[in-house]
Amino acid sequence: MMAYIVRRALYAIPILIGVNVFTFLLFFVVNSPDDMARMHLGQKRVSPEAVQAWKAERGYDRPVLYNAAASGAERLTDTIFFQKSLKLFKFEFGSSDSGRDIGYDISQRMWPSLAIALPVLLVGLLINITFALLIAFFRATYIDFWSVVLCVVMMSISGLFYIIGGQYLVGKLLHLVPISGYDTGLDALKFLLLPVLIGVVQGVGAGTRWYRTLFLEEINKDYVRTARAKGLSERLVLFRHVLRNAMIPILTGVVVVLPLLFMGSLITESFFGIPGLGSYTIDAINNQDFAIVRAMVFLGSVLYILGLLLTDISYTLVDPRVRLS
Amino acid sequence: MQPLVILWTDALIFLLLAGALGFGFYASRREHLRAPWRFVIRSRVGLGTLVVLSFYLLIGLLDSVHFHPPADPAGRDGGTLHSSEVISLFDHLVSGLRSRQEKTYSAPLATHLYAKETIELADGSTVRDYPRLEYGGAHLADPERDWLWSVLGLSLIGILKGLALSLVLGNLLLIFLTLRRGCSFEFVAREVLGGRCAIPWRTGLFVLTLLLVLGMWSAELASKFHLLGTDKVGEDVFYQALKSIRTGLLIGTLTTLVMLPAAILLGIMAGYFRGWVDDLIQYLYTTLNSIPGVLLIAAAILMLQIYMSNHAEEFNSLVERADLRLLFLCLILGVTSWTGLCRLLRGEALKLREVDYVQAATAFGVGHFQIITRHILPNVLHIVLITVVLDFSGLVLAEAVLSYVNIGVDPTMNSWGNMINSARLEMAREPVVWWSLAAAMIFMFTLVLSANLFSDVVRDAFDPRLRSSR
Amino acid sequence: MNRTLLRVEQLTTVLEGGTRPLHPVDGVDLEIRRGETFALLGESGCGKSMTALSIMRLLPPVGRVAGGNVWLGESNLLDLPETAMRLERGGRVGMIFQEPMTSLNPVLNIGEQIAESVRLHDPGSLPRLRQRVTELLQAVGIPDPARRAGEYPHQLSGGMKQRVMIAIALAGRPELLIADEPTTALDVTIQAQVLGLLKSLQQQTGMAILLITHDLGIVAEMADRVAVMYAGQIVETAPVAEFFGRDGHPYSRKLFDSLPGQEKRAARLAVIRGSVPSLASDFPGCRFAERCDRVMARCRGEAPGWRVTGPGRGMRCHLAETPWEAAVELSGRAGPGIAPAAPDVATAQSDRHGEQLSVEGLRVHFPIRQGVLRRTVGHVRAVDGVSFEIPPGRTLALVGESGCGKTTVGKGVLQLIRPSEGSVRFGADELTRLTGAALRRRRSLLQIIFQDPFSSMNPRMLVGDIIAEGMRAQGVGETPAGRRERVRQLLTQVGLDAGAAERYPHEFSGGQRQRICVARALAVQPRLIVCDEPTSALDVSVQAQILNLLGDLQRELGLSYLFITHNLSVVAYLAHEVAVMYLGRIVERGTVEEVLQAPRHPYTRALLSAVPVVDPEGRREVIRLEGDMPSPSDPPTGCHFHPRCPEAEPACAGSYPRVTRLSATHCVSCLRVGGAGAD
Repeated sequence: MMAYIVRRALYAIPILIGVNVFTFLLFFVVNSPDDMARMHLGQKRVSPEAVQAWKAERGYDRPVLYNAAASGAERLTDTIFFQKSLKLFKFEFGSSDSGRDIGYDISQRMWPSLAIALPVLLVGLLINITFALLIAFFRATYIDFWSVVLCVVMMSISGLFYIIGGQYLVGKLLHLVPISGYDTGLDALKFLLLPVLIGVVQGVGAGTRWYRTLFLEEINKDYVRTARAKGLSERLVLFRHVLRNAMIPILTGVVVVLPLLFMGSLITESFFGIPGLGSYTIDAINNQDFAIVRAMVFLGSVLYILGLLLTDISYTLVDPRVRLS
Repeated sequence: MQPLVILWTDALIFLLLAGALGFGFYASRREHLRAPWRFVIRSRVGLGTLVVLSFYLLIGLLDSVHFHPPADPAGRDGGTLHSSEVISLFDHLVSGLRSRQEKTYSAPLATHLYAKETIELADGSTVRDYPRLEYGGAHLADPERDWLWSVLGLSLIGILKGLALSLVLGNLLLIFLTLRRGCSFEFVAREVLGGRCAIPWRTGLFVLTLLLVLGMWSAELASKFHLLGTDKVGEDVFYQALKSIRTGLLIGTLTTLVMLPAAILLGIMAGYFRGWVDDLIQYLYTTLNSIPGVLLIAAAILMLQIYMSNHAEEFNSLVERADLRLLFLCLILGVTSWTGLCRLLRGEALKLREVDYVQAATAFGVGHFQIITRHILPNVLHIVLITVVLDFSGLVLAEAVLSYVNIGVDPTMNSWGNMINSARLEMAREPVVWWSLAAAMIFMFTLVLSANLFSDVVRDAFDPRLRSSR
Repeated sequence: MNRTLLRVEQLTTVLEGGTRPLHPVDGVDLEIRRGETFALLGESGCGKSMTALSIMRLLPPVGRVAGGNVWLGESNLLDLPETAMRLERGGRVGMIFQEPMTSLNPVLNIGEQIAESVRLHDPGSLPRLRQRVTELLQAVGIPDPARRAGEYPHQLSGGMKQRVMIAIALAGRPELLIADEPTTALDVTIQAQVLGLLKSLQQQTGMAILLITHDLGIVAEMADRVAVMYAGQIVETAPVAEFFGRDGHPYSRKLFDSLPGQEKRAARLAVIRGSVPSLASDFPGCRFAERCDRVMARCRGEAPGWRVTGPGRGMRCHLAETPWEAAVELSGRAGPGIAPAAPDVATAQSDRHGEQLSVEGLRVHFPIRQGVLRRTVGHVRAVDGVSFEIPPGRTLALVGESGCGKTTVGKGVLQLIRPSEGSVRFGADELTRLTGAALRRRRSLLQIIFQDPFSSMNPRMLVGDIIAEGMRAQGVGETPAGRRERVRQLLTQVGLDAGAAERYPHEFSGGQRQRICVARALAVQPRLIVCDEPTSALDVSVQAQILNLLGDLQRELGLSYLFITHNLSVVAYLAHEVAVMYLGRIVERGTVEEVLQAPRHPYTRALLSAVPVVDPEGRREVIRLEGDMPSPSDPPTGCHFHPRCPEAEPACAGSYPRVTRLSATHCVSCLRVGGAGAD
């Protein structure tokens, strides 16, 4: 089992290299730094000097792959590829196009993101499982039918609407909590309440329906019939047998997104003015700050691969079939 | 100059339509393909949502035939001159909506602008008041007195027109059924209206009537008023919402279209050949999948923007430029979404290659290509279909979010995302400008809900394992 | 004391949800006495399992009991409120199911799953719960029960899982145990273990057993009384001793006659034509009328009522009114073609072709990869040095339990799995060396018929295209029209309507599909067909049809068969030679008489003795094998069989015994027969 996990961890290396090369191609080969500079400096008629200055300021004036002008190892290291792409492996993100230290920004901004994303995930999980279990208990009745219809209706509404509607209703009409903003410490609570609530409501439709399918799939299995033949009540059958088995796909599905929670949610954070990584990314996109976007792409991949690894590990923990084989 | 303009996306959507029709013809002659579709048609939800979806599709298709309209005064030498503007057949049909532009915001069915302006009176003095709209309710002499009657009257006419139209269509259907079954009209009518047919015609007719009445009602009102108000620059919101249909449909369908070949080919190859082919393909999609989708799209769209701003001269018109951006968005969305299907197909192909009938074919010396096309592909097609239908609504919703982040479709293009994006800034106004938002939400919600319900029915039809669990 | 334990009266069950409601149980009456074993016998789809589930009130959501009574002692189970019924389920009535593999919860350890039942139904044992669980595990013969209680189902073999299921049922100290095909999914030696266990438990506890089965042998071995079910109704009830006598319902008679066996070798098997009718259809007359040889005009118009024909006997047949002897005499003469077969003709004919399959030292090893770098740390020796020949026109049966590698041998011969070592020669060709187009051309010589008639045909293709596929690939039949003609011929040859070509596989029953598979194999004019358990998924009556067909084809075309099976009565009926496999190797080989009449290897003997037979007089002695077959990745040292062998000596663990030739055809690998070998 250890060997399996080590092997999965090693497999992450070629994937990260792949991601790195891919982002490098996308950011520096499809469009040259010159293009970026011209874009930033305002379209047409930019003097070549201004472009050069812009590039030099941000270190884009190096050759792409091979620096013939340098000597020794610097021929390879004093290049854009080495300085801008390979350094990502050491989590040296460098500075943004506007001159700020990206690594520092990320370390500051990941916590507010987590403060929203984690409660959304956990509360959502609890609520969705509860609802899905209830629906599974009432399966093949009108309650089941209309609950599923309600779920489909809820998942057909755009997430933007939940946010705008929620902000309008709770923040503006009822004046219960501030519409947007953020604070540190316990004061953050009143700012977090609404986004978390909206995040949970947004996910209820799809989540409940998905878990219901998982439960129903388990309910049709032979071992459930055995449990009933023992004389177990429907409640015990659901909780002790069905839930335990269905929790395996549910939990592993949750584990894979755990690391990505740091990345935050783009939309929620920007709507609520929360200084997390999501709004950081959005701002970077809107300001066309490539250094940040590049760093976030790499960070996202790392976290995703970490999630995959955690999934593998969690399988070995929760599923005796994997644990003991 | 050619009057007809074929945009890239137009060509693709009609290609897709032709493909779908061709597949429909092919499927109609094969029982195993026809049976699930029969199940879809015979389900009430299936038929009802199908009617709604075909309304959207009709508008989307009409909006996909582009041409240069004739320039207004006919040419001096007898031939018509064509304006450089590009409009669609749909624009042509609702030209009234398009051309009647107000100054700025106005509420739905309003007769006055939303904001006070300084109005110069006939005697030269000025007052600050809400000015009359140029077009909305312009036929009313005294808006305060006549508005209600005019709205009610138009509504009545619209509803009657809608009812009449659906009566005609309903009777046509009955006549068609009578001819096909060869029994009396009266009997068929009683069967259909009593809901005793295998196909739930009654539900279909009900939804159709509802849509026709709603359509004619809004058409009547929209001819004299701005049904859903106007936006910041005074454009009719109803028109915008209708125009956005095409964008939504394109994103939902073209994305899957562009990703299908790669997903099917690579997925089946990985599962069928295993070994290093499998390793390579798995590596490819794990790598792509590990990049967060939004960021990949953002990066790609940023790169496209740079390219477009640096090569502005390559695009003939704004429409073409927006169109290419849309196509590119579909492409990049496809790149981010093919991995899921690919993984599914790989798993299925892994299973199928061990199935007895594939083994039997191998024992006959049938080649790999033949085995893939004859045995594996037909037996995974239902998965492909289910994925395509399921993905559709997700993509429509994704468009709105992406446009909100400014990495969606071109800002000049009509789309629900752009409507929401421009409207949300006005939520802070007092009183609230809610109509753009509401219009986009309602249109999008109807489409997505229909698509979701429809995809549920399709999934049940093609995957009987799930049907039993409902 | 009232001896009746369970009385089922006019039980009727409906399954909704399809296009029309089905009646899988249609007015069933049963009576089970305390302490007896009552067998409910029937083919698949006749409603046996639904009867059991109706009694337990465990029907699937689409099913409901539409009428009748189920009296357990004084209470009517169908009238009990659900809470009271739960006490009966797992309490007075326990149930075990067919699929032990899936019937246990994979994420709970088995101790916990048994304890659950103890807690519910045996509160007296609560203070000593762990001890009680251990006792139960011990009672069902699980070695080292205290440790095993902490294990999870996937760590147990199929037989062990079924024992755990029995332990769960025993926890409630049941008066009635419903066993729904408890051994169908198990190997024959394991089946013998489980059946033996059930019997001894019954003697200890005095519980009654409702044994649901399709296997006449099991009925003969286990049951005191038997009821035969057909299309939702009980058609005959009898004490077992009388059941296998001469008279009975025509359906039961036919079932005996269609059983293959050595004594029937010379003849075609009796068949029941057609297949079990759909339960959605209306039956104006007797449900068996369409398939009955003794059908009368009256049978089709009037449904026969229940008639008592003797003490504890009864049947549902119009013939029960007519003097029985006369009817039997009549039928004996008019019975369907019991024409003597002519095996000599077959051999004479086939000599013309002169192509023999010889397999030498065939090995198929699958690497086991482990560790960070996926290095090969060992091999699963699925097939480990197998040699045999099949002369033209002959049938070699490859017999063994699941996991012994017999299917892998078949696929290795066909090059569907490339062997790791050894040679497979057919005629002049060494198949293991052929690749690409050369191999593809030879593929027409060897064909295969699979076990599962449902997965062996592409559901998206027409039957005609399925059969023509091989012809196209092999270039048989020049034109499409020619191929179509040939497809029609083939379909007629295997006893189907030529119109079948225009239909899809799912429109056919299991037996018909298997005929199509035969036609598909024949289409490329093969010389040898590998039959991989071709009848094990079929009902007895349909199995007879397929066996007859295979026999006819061999006689007409001089085909050779490599017949892979676990069913020894099929072997006895049709094989010329038999090879018995154990853990990747052939342990005994010889002509069918030599191996079946005078088996020398202890495994062969155990295997033969474990098969339940219809022989109500002399009950055979079963040689019970302990434990399960070891894993082929880690075979025991010396003779693979010695850990389970009842006759093992210390020397058996030393080295694998060498092959001893007992006659020109008979060889065996056993130390006790031949002496130790160095190889």
